[in-house]
Amino acid sequence: MELYNLTAHEAAAFLKEKKVSSVELTKAALGRIDAVEDKVGGYITVLRDEALKDAEKADAAIAAGEGSDFTGIPMAIKDNICTEGVLTTCASKMLYNFVSPYDATVVKKLKAEKPVFLGKANMDEFAMGSTTEHSYFKKTGNPHDVTRVPGGSSGGSAAVVSADEAFIALGSDTGGSIRQPASFCGVVGMKPTYGLVSRFGLVAFASSLDQIGTLSKDVEDCAAMLNVITGHDEMDSTSLDVEYPDYKSALKNDVKGLKIGLPKEYFEAASDEVKTAVLAAAKKFEEMGAFVEECSLSKMKYALPAYYIISSAEASSNLARYDGIKYGYRTEKFDDLIDLYTKTRSEGFGEEVKRRIMLGTYALSSGYYDAYYKKAQQVRTLIKNDFDSAFETFDVLLTPTAPTAAWKIGEKITDPMQMYAADVCTVSVNIAGLPGLALPCGKDANNMPIGMQLIGKPFGETTLLRAAYTFEQNSAFKNMKPVL
Amino acid sequence: MEFETVIGLEVHAELATKSKAFCGCSTQFGGEENTHCCPICTGMPGVLPVLNKKVVDFCIKAGLATNCSITPYGKQDRKNYFYPDLPKAYQISQYDLPISHDGYIDIVADGHERRVGITRIHIEEDAGKLVHDAFASGTKVDYNRCGVPLIEIVTEPDIRSSEEARVFLETLKNILMYIEVSDCKMQEGSLRCDVNLSVRPVGQKEYGTRCEMKNVNSFSAAVRSMEYEKKRQIDLILSGGTVTQETRRWDDEKGHSTVMRTKEDAQDYRYFPDPDLMPIVIDEAWVERIRKTLPELPEAKKARYVKDFALPEYDAEFITASKALAAFFDSAVDAGAQPKAASNWIMSDMSKIMNDEEILPEDIPFTGKDLADLIALIDKGTISGSIAKKVLRFMFDEEGKTPEEIVKEKGMVQISDEGAIKDLIMSVLAQNEKSVNDYKNGKKNAVGFLVGQCMKASRGKANPQLINKLLNEALENI
Repeated sequence: MELYNLTAHEAAAFLKEKKVSSVELTKAALGRIDAVEDKVGGYITVLRDEALKDAEKADAAIAAGEGSDFTGIPMAIKDNICTEGVLTTCASKMLYNFVSPYDATVVKKLKAEKPVFLGKANMDEFAMGSTTEHSYFKKTGNPHDVTRVPGGSSGGSAAVVSADEAFIALGSDTGGSIRQPASFCGVVGMKPTYGLVSRFGLVAFASSLDQIGTLSKDVEDCAAMLNVITGHDEMDSTSLDVEYPDYKSALKNDVKGLKIGLPKEYFEAASDEVKTAVLAAAKKFEEMGAFVEECSLSKMKYALPAYYIISSAEASSNLARYDGIKYGYRTEKFDDLIDLYTKTRSEGFGEEVKRRIMLGTYALSSGYYDAYYKKAQQVRTLIKNDFDSAFETFDVLLTPTAPTAAWKIGEKITDPMQMYAADVCTVSVNIAGLPGLALPCGKDANNMPIGMQLIGKPFGETTLLRAAYTFEQNSAFKNMKPVL
Repeated sequence: MEFETVIGLEVHAELATKSKAFCGCSTQFGGEENTHCCPICTGMPGVLPVLNKKVVDFCIKAGLATNCSITPYGKQDRKNYFYPDLPKAYQISQYDLPISHDGYIDIVADGHERRVGITRIHIEEDAGKLVHDAFASGTKVDYNRCGVPLIEIVTEPDIRSSEEARVFLETLKNILMYIEVSDCKMQEGSLRCDVNLSVRPVGQKEYGTRCEMKNVNSFSAAVRSMEYEKKRQIDLILSGGTVTQETRRWDDEKGHSTVMRTKEDAQDYRYFPDPDLMPIVIDEAWVERIRKTLPELPEAKKARYVKDFALPEYDAEFITASKALAAFFDSAVDAGAQPKAASNWIMSDMSKIMNDEEILPEDIPFTGKDLADLIALIDKGTISGSIAKKVLRFMFDEEGKTPEEIVKEKGMVQISDEGAIKDLIMSVLAQNEKSVNDYKNGKKNAVGFLVGQCMKASRGKANPQLINKLLNEALENI
């Protein structure tokens, strides 16, 4: 057992007991990065010197008797979350040189805990994609088989946690971008209820769907991180001003009486291997005293098209600011203003981003708005209603996170429709603004991790954590370590 | 063929809030370039807008002051277009649920009344400013104005002449200044307007094809642009052509407009609800809270001056045309001045000085109470009317001194001592035997000359009524 194999809460306990220092933890993580990063490729920026300085400060705080769950814990931040004075590229040529002048609210909240920031994690450009192959900088390999994708868009965050190159990571989830890579890499991924975590400083992809969340080695780390990053923020009008619970107190090894629904439409979309693994998990829940029953979410088939219309429409507007005028990439030669815009945006954005900007621009155009954007918003209401009625009966819904386990790098990159279809199990959760948690529940024939998804009611995080924690404590799939 | 002009206006007024619409930056005009901005108003990646509630307050206030209904449910939409002065590449505006809608303003122009419908008043944010540097290559952008809140006031096509448009604009400006939602400084771009104009043969029901005029920077420029556009369209029709719907740029220096864009290349702004902002829910209590802050509006004030103070319509109109002047008048009346007397002083002697020296009503260097005191000094006989005019002059020149102080300091107190005046009269009569003889021979107008001589001898300080009375008595007794 190496130091870098520890979970964040195990490492925090070691720090507290003075068995180890934050500098030692940080050196262990940096050493692991040196050893495996050329195979994994999970980071865009590694903050080597800064991390050691963070660690020294953390050690001083711990020596002074201060310190909390993440003091001195080395972690990674997805590269679409703004960090003052550090590159924040969104894995795009467009922001290849962008140094943020401010910290995102989550980063501010984290800094108050004195953690160690190891670096900024790779992702699909502007969080658009399911494989992290759409990064301008590099491809990330799945630590369980580096010829396979880690999932996306938070593929870098999932891979570095899975490969023990960070103790925990932040990601963002617009249509499954935390849960799907968590499942592909065999780690725990949580997308909280929309509005629970401030989006201030998260570079917007689709504002009504984006939510920051966690990628962690176990459920306990996830709960501890939620305690830090959730909360009302006056800088975000969509942030919820509600009572926030202590998420760690939800970690109870008990699901007796919990009512779990299995929406059949999600299983119909999945491969046999995935279906078998998730149904086995359902059986396990039943054995542990939960009440499990099949149910139906009949509007689920509309979720994917509605998602791609809404997310692309919002993206087309959100990404319009990257025009070469104020920051980031600007084309070298241009004749006039229109030429500056056209060349900068043609050269600065990758294929997938341009495809979505065009889709979204079309959907918002006068004459098409009612048929696409407005209709998609109506579908959104139907899907929410569908979930509402399911939650009248059930506390939690259990589904596959993705139809299959991780595929080969390059396998689907040429077929965007096939790529989009892989999001079928996750997008509805964002459309309805619900919390979703992915955790490992098996392996496929290629020995790649399979993940299940637990979907909760709005603010149902504590129920999800309890169910996930109980499963984790009683299953054989805890902390699936890759061989690198 | 006789033509009728049909005009609708879109007026943008910058709101007098201290901070911008969606961030905490200052709205102050004229700061050094790019000093009143932050990551939010310069559209950095990842930032989010948070609406300044004051902006909604002001839009409700403007709506109530122009007889509008206030929507119980409003939202904010993105208007998407590319331009370097717009850092997010979209402007946060309101598309289909403006805060205020369906109001009106009554005006009197060309001798008749006209009710001009207000279609809507909505909130939006201002853009930055391009700075073309003559000494360096390229263009720079100043984002200071970026995110400053505006209201856009859109009228119905109810205006029928450039004179009506001018009166409407003056009236609207006056209302906005009365309710203190905008300082309406044209030179600082706080008030801007776009003109929509079409013509039609008199008697025709359908509107003609309209053209929109942009870059109209003053009310007088608005009038000139309308006169030009009216003539252009009529000439076009009379020469067998047709008007095409287009947006034109007014060049006030050259006195003509040129095509900016035609209907074909009209921009598609792809409006959609801004997902970063919550709906604006306005309950009855909010509206009532704002209604309570409404001051007496110019129309009501004018009516009250005529009814309660018996001021002539003209005087009331003159004084209420400026909020500051009306406030000055009110404070003079509150301090005891007889309203008509106060109005006379304001409209004649004060206005003359203010016109000559370009002093704005808000910059009058003394208070309404000072004017009331000046009038009281005349009424008490302490000074004469002509001395009072001199005192007024000093009140403009020597700020901070009360009329009493000036009168005392300059020795301007009126002589009302009968003995002293009698002595004065006797010496004047002794020096003007010819006039006295004229009087005795029946030339009664010689009295006027002798009064003047007495006043002169007293250096204007003698009480004129006393001189009249005592001089007549003296002449009878000779």
